[in-house]
Amino acid sequence: MTPELGQLALILALLLALAQSVLPLIGAWRNNHALMAVARPAAAGQAVFVALAFGLLAWAFMTFDFSVQYVADNSNLALPWYYRFAAVWGAHEGSLLLWVLILNVWTLALAMFSQNLPEVFASRVLAVMGLIAVGFLAFTIFTSDPFGRLLPMPADGADLNPILQDPGMTTHPPMLYMGYVGFSVAFSFAIAGLLGGELAQAWVRWARPWTNVAWGFLTLGIVAGSWWAYGELGWGGWWFWDPVENASFMPWLAGLALIHAQAITEKRGSLRAWTILLSIVAFSLSLLGTFLVRSGVLTSIHAFASDPRRGLYILIFLGIVIGASLLLYALRAPKIAHGKPFNVLSRETAMLIGNLMFVVAAAMVLLGTLFPLIADALHLGRISVGQPYFGLLFPLLMTPVILLMPFGPFLRWGHGEPAVLKAVLLRIGSAAVVCAIVAAFFVHGQVKAILGTAAAVWVGFGVALYAYKRWREFPRGRRYPAEMAGMLLAHFGVAVFLVGVLLSEALSVTTDVRMAPGDAHEVGGYSFRFDGAQQTTGPNWHAEQGTVTVTRNGRQIAVMHPQKRTYPRGQVQTESAVKAGLTRDLYVALGEPMDANNVRGAWSLRLYYKPFIRWIWGGGVLMMLGGFTCALDKRFRLKRQAAVVATTGNEPAPALRPQENTA
Amino acid sequence: MSRYLPLFGFALLLALFGFGIWWNTQHDPNEVPSPLINKPAPAFDLPTLDDPAHLVSKASLLGKPYLLNVFASWCIACGEEHPVLMAEGRSLGIPVIGYNYKDQPQDAKDWLRTHGNPYDLVIADFPGRTAINFGVYGAPESFLIDAHGVIRYKHIGPFTPKIISQELKPAIAALAQETR
Repeated sequence: MTPELGQLALILALLLALAQSVLPLIGAWRNNHALMAVARPAAAGQAVFVALAFGLLAWAFMTFDFSVQYVADNSNLALPWYYRFAAVWGAHEGSLLLWVLILNVWTLALAMFSQNLPEVFASRVLAVMGLIAVGFLAFTIFTSDPFGRLLPMPADGADLNPILQDPGMTTHPPMLYMGYVGFSVAFSFAIAGLLGGELAQAWVRWARPWTNVAWGFLTLGIVAGSWWAYGELGWGGWWFWDPVENASFMPWLAGLALIHAQAITEKRGSLRAWTILLSIVAFSLSLLGTFLVRSGVLTSIHAFASDPRRGLYILIFLGIVIGASLLLYALRAPKIAHGKPFNVLSRETAMLIGNLMFVVAAAMVLLGTLFPLIADALHLGRISVGQPYFGLLFPLLMTPVILLMPFGPFLRWGHGEPAVLKAVLLRIGSAAVVCAIVAAFFVHGQVKAILGTAAAVWVGFGVALYAYKRWREFPRGRRYPAEMAGMLLAHFGVAVFLVGVLLSEALSVTTDVRMAPGDAHEVGGYSFRFDGAQQTTGPNWHAEQGTVTVTRNGRQIAVMHPQKRTYPRGQVQTESAVKAGLTRDLYVALGEPMDANNVRGAWSLRLYYKPFIRWIWGGGVLMMLGGFTCALDKRFRLKRQAAVVATTGNEPAPALRPQENTA
Repeated sequence: MSRYLPLFGFALLLALFGFGIWWNTQHDPNEVPSPLINKPAPAFDLPTLDDPAHLVSKASLLGKPYLLNVFASWCIACGEEHPVLMAEGRSLGIPVIGYNYKDQPQDAKDWLRTHGNPYDLVIADFPGRTAINFGVYGAPESFLIDAHGVIRYKHIGPFTPKIISQELKPAIAALAQETR
């Protein structure tokens, strides 16, 4: 019975989403307050029913209701409860439901905190959020019903993909979706602004924290995914330029550009059209990411089951949403675009160059990801690009960003002063050169490691220098408002990230060895002693577990237990053992026994010494914290309602009718 | 006019995606031969899965035809294809060489140990660079390479018994005719 209730809840949610989108748009157009007032209750109702559907699916997992096809496919009696819960979003249908749920969380938050926005504008914003929900709910109901029955009911289910049975992987999708879906807020603001023909600076200010938070979540999602791949896939890598990774990276880059563009528009009123375009692009790339993963247009390591019908549906949805948005942009942008002029040497210019680089990088990633498809279309044969393409172009595009980054904060809005720049250049330049020379002695002439040191010092020292300037020039309490602190954190995160990437890539040591119990092997100055392997079991797997004792200069550093797990359906999953450290990771993956019948004998092992690799995720976490911290700034809270209303007034009927956008 | 550029770019993208969906449903990989058919296979020099120190080059395989089968332990369709290769691989009369693609060696070994090894030899391309030259963009894919190192037949996607009997075996028989 409960699955049918779930279906019903989804259908009701769809109807409410329709009400939430269509009625307020008509209301905003006709200036009908009753219709506009529908937006908030409809959004709340929709959220209730979506949460109910999600809860019922989770309940089906908790109670082992294998009469539900989706539950039977993705869980079994032996699966622990926390992975049964995570299995709700472990495959296509449920992850869509999660997408919709998270969209509702954002919408609800928006409905609650937007009371101070002008009524017409807020209704339009909520209506656009509703439209997105309509698309995704209809997609779920008509092509990907998670509540479909499986009769006769099997005694036990299959299994959640073992690769997903990991704490990192259970949190990765929700965080990623929080980011993807969070960009819908900025998107809705942009569309509502275009519809009304006005985008007040105050509204952009109000939209900023939402974008920052969404971007922070997306950062966290990507970091979690990368961290998971590092520990779970057993090859010690952290980024693969896989189409699905790229799908999350493109909105991240566009979102990064958007954060900075919003800051310019909010502070200076300039670049409004660009901010609007980026808002559309960031969310479009999120939708595109969903499309790429779901449609099977591209083959990938972690593509979900692909289905051309689903692909076609998302394609049509994308066409309507993005096509209509961009058309609206083309028609209405000139009306909105105005702002203060700025000099070539100004903070705006520096940020705009960064912006362009992020957008070009996103386009570069898109091109590389789609290249196999383009090659097919042009009959060039089946060609794909990988690490050689991305690994060359991405650092190349980011070089100007890294070079400019320390100067941005020192530059004034509107017109910068060359003298200040010279002083900064002298200091961070000499610091970077000195540190690079010192580093050269330690890393034995590894160019990448020297460059990494120099780049990290360049950025990090630049940030520190600016933090010191604020300390000196501002009175206590006004030195680091949240927005400033967030910027410093995130930029410092980039320096930390650079250390992680370049030093770990240059200095890592990997060895494949055969070891009998008692054998020791030296890697990166650490001695790894293999103490044999034995059988062990978990809730739904059994494993061979090795014991490796690591010593340095005779002092014991760690006892590590790498595993090879076998899950009920015969899937084998490596669980590497990682001894994490600030300056190095020790990483052991268990290979296979030399003699298959004697697991207590010799094994093949893979030993890694990875200096500074943790800094990669550390940098990512700092960037995320930066995004979140920024959002806390008091300045962003909309209090002075009167001022805002005054700027909008009674607006004229828009030239483009709202319905044309909904069609 | 530049205001319309994003819309125009998106329209191109949309057309490309529409094409992609249509291509995936309509496309029979054999209707449009790969540009590599009847061209020399790209040169390669790859380690075997079992012994990373032992390199196998294209030159060392010249002299007799063989089937190069791209697979990976992470690839779900390879799992579908695998029993077919186990059952029919030996009856082809030519060596079947596994091309382990972007795979953690240990995972590949486990996979072969769990499901059985249909290959006479397995070469490993973990970085996937050589596969780019072959135009590989997913697994499974298979190449029939003749004694002179020329690609004569290519199949994208998993082999089924039907495809083996209707396409692969005739192609192998045609090779045998030539050499006679």
